[in-house]
Amino acid sequence: MSFSHPTTTDPESAPAIVLSEVTKLYGRFAALRGVSAEFVPARLYLVLGDNGAGKSTLLRAIAGLMRPSRGTVTVLGSSQLRSAAAQIGYMAHAPLLYDEMDGMENLRYFARLYGIRGDQRCAEVMRAVGLDPALPRRVGQYSQGMRQRLSLARAILNDPVVVLLDEPFSNVDIVSAREMVRLLGEMRDAGKAVFVVTHQPALLDGVADESIFMDAGAITERRSQVRDELHSPRVS
Amino acid sequence: MKSAFSIFALITLALLSYGLYQGLIVAPREMTMGDVQRIFYYHVPSAWTAFLCFFANLVASIWYLATREPKADAIALSTAEVGVVFCTVVLVTGPIWAKPIWGIWWTWDARLTSTLVLWLIYVSYLLLRRYSTAGQNPVLASVLAIFGAVDVVFVYMAIRWFRTQHPQPVVGGGEGSGIDPRMMNALLMNWVGFLGLALLVIWLRYKLERLRQQVEEAHAMRAIAGAKGVAR
Amino acid sequence: MSAFLPVLRVTLAKDMRLEWRSKDAINSMLFFALLVVVIFSFSFDLTAEESRRIAGGLVWVALLFAAVVALNQTWARELRNQVLDAYRVSPAPAESLFLAKAIGNFLFVIILVALMTPLFVVFYDLRSVGPAYQLVFAAVLGTWALVVNGTFFAAMSIRTRSREVMLPLLLFPISIPALLAMVAATTAILTGDNSPYLSLVFLAVYDIVFTIVGFFLFETVLHAE
Repeated sequence: MSFSHPTTTDPESAPAIVLSEVTKLYGRFAALRGVSAEFVPARLYLVLGDNGAGKSTLLRAIAGLMRPSRGTVTVLGSSQLRSAAAQIGYMAHAPLLYDEMDGMENLRYFARLYGIRGDQRCAEVMRAVGLDPALPRRVGQYSQGMRQRLSLARAILNDPVVVLLDEPFSNVDIVSAREMVRLLGEMRDAGKAVFVVTHQPALLDGVADESIFMDAGAITERRSQVRDELHSPRVS
Repeated sequence: MKSAFSIFALITLALLSYGLYQGLIVAPREMTMGDVQRIFYYHVPSAWTAFLCFFANLVASIWYLATREPKADAIALSTAEVGVVFCTVVLVTGPIWAKPIWGIWWTWDARLTSTLVLWLIYVSYLLLRRYSTAGQNPVLASVLAIFGAVDVVFVYMAIRWFRTQHPQPVVGGGEGSGIDPRMMNALLMNWVGFLGLALLVIWLRYKLERLRQQVEEAHAMRAIAGAKGVAR
Repeated sequence: MSAFLPVLRVTLAKDMRLEWRSKDAINSMLFFALLVVVIFSFSFDLTAEESRRIAGGLVWVALLFAAVVALNQTWARELRNQVLDAYRVSPAPAESLFLAKAIGNFLFVIILVALMTPLFVVFYDLRSVGPAYQLVFAAVLGTWALVVNGTFFAAMSIRTRSREVMLPLLLFPISIPALLAMVAATTAILTGDNSPYLSLVFLAVYDIVFTIVGFFLFETVLHAE
């Protein structure tokens, strides 16, 4: 199964991610079934589909969290598992945060995993998602929405080139969600490949470049979307 | 393939019967131990076979970690299971033999205890295989096999050094052990027979596991296609 | 790849901070160990002479059980909120996580040893005939032997369906030789009958070998999916 999309020699649209015949089997369940696709930088992809369609597994495959049973995932030119880890930002369905530490403590720890020193970057991403870096509250006492925002902050700490977000808007109030969408748009404009798995595609109307429909472990359709801006060169 | 298997099975059967005949009738009665000693023709070949199985398991585990080849995993699984069976035979026949000879069922001798620990490790290996989730099962099991192999060396040394009570080697020990050639013959015949039997069962088990792997995969791929009406 | 040592250091600091705040591992482990000591002393009625002979065995068996409780706790923490995935997705080396966890667990268990020793002395009327300072070597080497494999197998067992139950099933068989050496060393020191030198060397070799094996195989286990 292959999909046509603009083939140009423009370096920006050289594929950041190439999946070829990726299959992931969990016993008698195939989470991905021979997925082949290419994704280019500076695009915001919406990943849509029912529960169990393989959306999360697709993100985990790109993130290098799981090894495909068959096929290869090439991220930023390398198909070795986790070789592009430093360039990937991943936000899972679960918060991926320590409940017993406050926001800054969490971010500080994860920043060190990427070799980022000091507090500057942590405070920066925290403000970017609309949280107060000085808030001394432990994550365990955060509201769902705050957790989601801190999760997003954690995912973009390393200023990743490939941003993978699994349900970033669940339980987030509409104002915060709009704010997050704006941030994602900015990241796309900065040349990053952004993937958003969501059940609320309407939030990204006019921001997303392309919708990817998944069903039963396969990509069934890819549809470019019209952006709000007057120019949107990659819409075919 | 089928006929090769049958021929192999027949040869094994013949070897086992010949070995049985050698062990029970041809081999002379041991002077001090009496007929009980004949258990030796089963005890020792089982032990050698079990160790070979575990060694094969280690090799297959390393092979699997290096290549992630499902075949390697099928070999690892089948050799581990058959190894545990033969190891169990060793651990059951050992005390039966020991009681009338040494007057005790069990002694903390290096071989015996290493075999016991090896058995424990491989039982935990099989448990791990049973309880880990489908995707990571073979990887975790292979890693445990490597740990087990390293550990056995330590077990052997530990018991030699810290449990000082080791009885004289009964088999294949120094020059003094002077085994009657008929005894040696019975021992070797039985070993070849046991090895054949082990290979036979491993072969079947391997086939079965490969089939299971293929069925599981076909099931995974088809269940979805069927449910969604997507042809592939 | 971010650097090995800085990640090790921050991970260890993070674990200490979390433990300090929740006290999950240390509380359950301490109480568990206390229970084991009390139950053992109820079960065996010993003279001072006898207790010297078997205390080595009792102490280490109690520690083995208690360590299992702590080992499970430190990994269970990484599973809450699936936070382990945040580590796995980062470029941080897996080996840093392994050693940080092993060192953290070592500190917990060595604290436990320090607290349990007076208890044993009280309950069993224990007095060492051999030089008591040597017990420190036995404690350190023995604890690391338990903890280094324990950390590895706990990381393995939390990924299985039966989680906590799996750890002792994997750890105990592998630990048998170490346990033998720990008991031999401790008994030798307590009774003063013979030199603990050989068993201490054995433990040291065991520690080194399994630290290396764990170190090199941990990445495989961490990223097994």
